[in-house]
Order: sequence, then C-alpha cells, then structure tokens
Amino acid sequence: MYLSREEERMLSGEEGLAVQKAMQLLTALGEVFGAERMVKIESAQIAGVSYGNIGDAGMEFLEDWADLGGKVRVKSTLNPAGMDLDKWKEMGIDDEYYQRQMRILKAFEKMGVEITCTCTPYLVGNRPRSGAHVAWSESSAVVFANSVLGARTNREGGPSALAAAITGRTPCYGLHLEDNRVPTAIVKVEARLESIFDFSLLGYTVGRILGSGIPYFKGVLVRDFDKLKIMSAALAASGGIAMFYVGDRRRTADKLEKVCVDQRELELSREKLSSEGKPDLACIGCPHCSIQELRDLARALKDKRVKEGCALWVWTSQGVYDQAKDRGYLRAIEGAGGKVFTDTCMVVCPLEKSGYSHMVSNSCKAAHYVPSTSGLKATATETYLVLESVMEGR
Amino acid sequence: MQERTYRGRGVAKFVGKGEALVSRQGISFFGGVDPTTGLIREKGHDLCGQDVTGKVLVFPKGKGSTVGSYVLYQLKKNGHAPAGIINVETEAIIATGCILAEIPLVDKLEVDPISAISTGDYVVVDGKEGRVVVRRG
Repeated sequence: MYLSREEERMLSGEEGLAVQKAMQLLTALGEVFGAERMVKIESAQIAGVSYGNIGDAGMEFLEDWADLGGKVRVKSTLNPAGMDLDKWKEMGIDDEYYQRQMRILKAFEKMGVEITCTCTPYLVGNRPRSGAHVAWSESSAVVFANSVLGARTNREGGPSALAAAITGRTPCYGLHLEDNRVPTAIVKVEARLESIFDFSLLGYTVGRILGSGIPYFKGVLVRDFDKLKIMSAALAASGGIAMFYVGDRRRTADKLEKVCVDQRELELSREKLSSEGKPDLACIGCPHCSIQELRDLARALKDKRVKEGCALWVWTSQGVYDQAKDRGYLRAIEGAGGKVFTDTCMVVCPLEKSGYSHMVSNSCKAAHYVPSTSGLKATATETYLVLESVMEGR
Repeated sequence: MQERTYRGRGVAKFVGKGEALVSRQGISFFGGVDPTTGLIREKGHDLCGQDVTGKVLVFPKGKGSTVGSYVLYQLKKNGHAPAGIINVETEAIIATGCILAEIPLVDKLEVDPISAISTGDYVVVDGKEGRVVVRRG
C-alpha cells in the first residue's frame, strides 16, 4: 500500500502514539481490503457510543485513546448514546449506567468529537457535499450519504471511523472508487408506494432478498428526504447494503441481478416484523425524526391523548428538538401525553428498563433490532396505526 | 520433533507464540467469549468451554457484532488475550481488534491452517514477517 510522506510520519509515531495506532489500524484494514492508497476525508461519523452496546471494553478503549492524546482532524460527529443526556431518569436508567455513559462521552469530547449523538448527522450540520470522501459508521447514515447526498463512504466500524477522524484519512477501496459505485441489482417494484412505512418496508424487503450489493430502484421517483431516510435504515438492517439508486440511470454492472418486489414480498417482510398481542409502547424516530416528521406528528396528535398503561416515545437529535420547541411541536406532542427524547433511540437504549413489553414503530429497522437488543416484542406498521394502538380521542 | 514454516499475510504486525486451539467455526468475540475469563461461551460452538488465554487461536474468520473488536482489547487488558490469531481469511472485526490489542494476526497461509495445524501444536505467529511456525511432538 502506498503511503505519502506525511502518512509514513504518522505511522512511525512522529505525530504521537494515538496517531500512530490509528494509522496502524487504517493501513492494516487497507491491506485486508486491497486498498492501494489512503484518501483524505472531510468528515467522520462515529458509531459505538452507547454504553449498553460497547460496554466496559469499549469505554476503556476510548478512554485509553483519549489519554494517548488522540485528537480528531476533521468534523466528527457521534452516533446515539444509550440514554437521553438530560431525561435519562425518565427512561428508567440507573445511576451506574449514567456514569459510565458519561465517561464514554467525555472521552470522545476530549478527542474533539462533537457530542451530537444522532444517527442523522446530515440534519444537524454534518452534511458532506456531493463527491466528498467521508468515513461514516452509522449504517443508515452510510446509505443516506452514498445514495442521497452523493458522498463516498464504506460501512465503517466505530474504531475505524475514529482512526480516520484522528488521521484525516481512510483507506481508498470499495465505495471510495467510482468503478464500485454502479448498480449490481435492478429492482422492479410492483406495488403501490405512498407512506413513509411503505418505503421502510420496501428497503427491508430488498435488503432481505439481496443481502448485499447496490440495488437500483428503476423508475421509483422519490424526493422526500424522510422516505429516503427510513428506506436507507431498513436496507442496512435486513442486509449489508451501503448504497442504492432511485429514478433513472443508465450505467450498471455487467452482471445485473434482477429482483421483483410485489405485494406478496412486502407482506412477507411485514409478517416477519409482527408480534402477537397489543403493543403498549409506540416509538417514532428511527432514524431520528426530522423537523417535518415532528410537525406531522404534532398535527396527527391533535385532540388525542395517550391511553392508560401505554406510552408514545419519540426520538430525535438535540438540534431538531430545539427547532421543534421553538415551533410549538414539542408542546403539541407532550400535550397529548407523548415524550420526546434526544441523544438516543429505541435500538441503542436499554428499552427493557421502560417497563413496557411490546414496541410498535413505523420503522422496520427498529422492529428488526428491538427484540434482540432489549427483549421487547416488536411490530412494524403504518404511522397512523402506530399512533392508533396507543392513543385515544380526547 | 517436527517443525514446519508456512508463509502468509501479516495483518497485525506483532509476534506471539503458544499452544494452538483450532476451530472449524467462525468466532464472535462479542457475546461468544467472556472478556473477564477468556472462556468461550457460545452455545453449540466446537470450542465452547475452552480458554483462549495465551493460546494461538486458529479459525476461519470472525463473525457477529463489530463490538467484538473491543472485546479483544478488553481480553488483553484483563490478561486473557490469545497469544496470536491465525485466520483462513480475516475480516474487519478481528483485524481491528488485533491491532487495537496488539495481538499478532496472520491470514492467507499457503496451506489451509485448519487442517495443517492441530489443537495442542506449538505455534509461533509472526505478524511482522507474515509467517507461522508449527512444532509438533
């Protein structure tokens, strides 16, 4: 693998131990994946933040790297943590969990990472320009960055994204190379697509069928960012997909896989993401809600209130939360008995501490992960049905 | 005593040696290995109940959550890391964990390591030179 003089200096330890270790990691990964050189990056999105997810192992590693003097060189933002940084007690989080989560965030802060704690960095100031090379490690944001924003990133792990932030570089392979960014499968959709949930279900179905590769949804015209956002998340949950195309495009790979998605295939996904019994916890915001989604939710909750024994938990970023507060959407949601949490989500927080037993969401990604991450039953369905299951007229 | 040297690719450029522990199955360090004891606890795994501490682990490749990289790091801090790892062809989780934890890692040997190396063999993993030495008997 070719290294520039500056990169050689980093590897030899002339720029400190943290930079050296970061470069060791990146060159080794570069060799594993057959990269010929490094490429400079414009931003990093770092996963592996929730204490419940990375545990003491990850916490100790991050503290050690921060103590070695690691400092990020590019704009670096953070994935959701395991709790709302203010309202953690309302989520049933205990003091020990809180303390350890804060140690993780302090380590990141010491390294210069912005404590954004969201899976939608592109909604709160980390929005790369088209063509920019970045190192992102939130799977839904990776898909969104490659497919909607036109940025270039592989599916990074937490440590490799952090190492990229510390060196300002990532090995140049995979989706950093133009030749690898062509569709490998053509998806014919024979079903009506209207709601946000339809697009989540479509993404989940295609991820399930393909597993990997770059699907091209020929003729599917969609410009609504919220639909593209939820589809990105679902594609990366049921499969290892990092990029897709919609609309019209000519250039494709020579060997093109063909997939047809009809109503029957969508129903099959829906059955996989359904549980018996009545849901008691409605969750909206996987990926984190945009301001438009909070507006729509505020409107849908007019003259409604949360039923006894049920809850409505909404998840967003601190940045969007502040906007929603100014525009009165928060008051509307909270007035109906809902709670709006920031910095975390139903997938990475210890949802089992909530005391509820069956989550319902309009996000297939959320329904896919929640049973294994927190043991709750989970169902995915249309947004209005999510709300109907826990709300009643006022 | 029989001694053989095999060439491979040095991924984590450190050197270590120990008794081999060979598996035909992939290993998920997250959930699959106890970071405080080094014991493999994945039910149904052919190495379930075995201790990885100080051993040279030979297996096809890593699997499971990327948090597995941090578990390798924690094993090292707790004094229960393997002395080295040999994969058929490694992937990002094991490669990342070995580099963070300074555990030697070699893959792509000129022979299939799972049939060439047996549990109990004495093995030197040289990640610097991309080489593995196997002693038997």
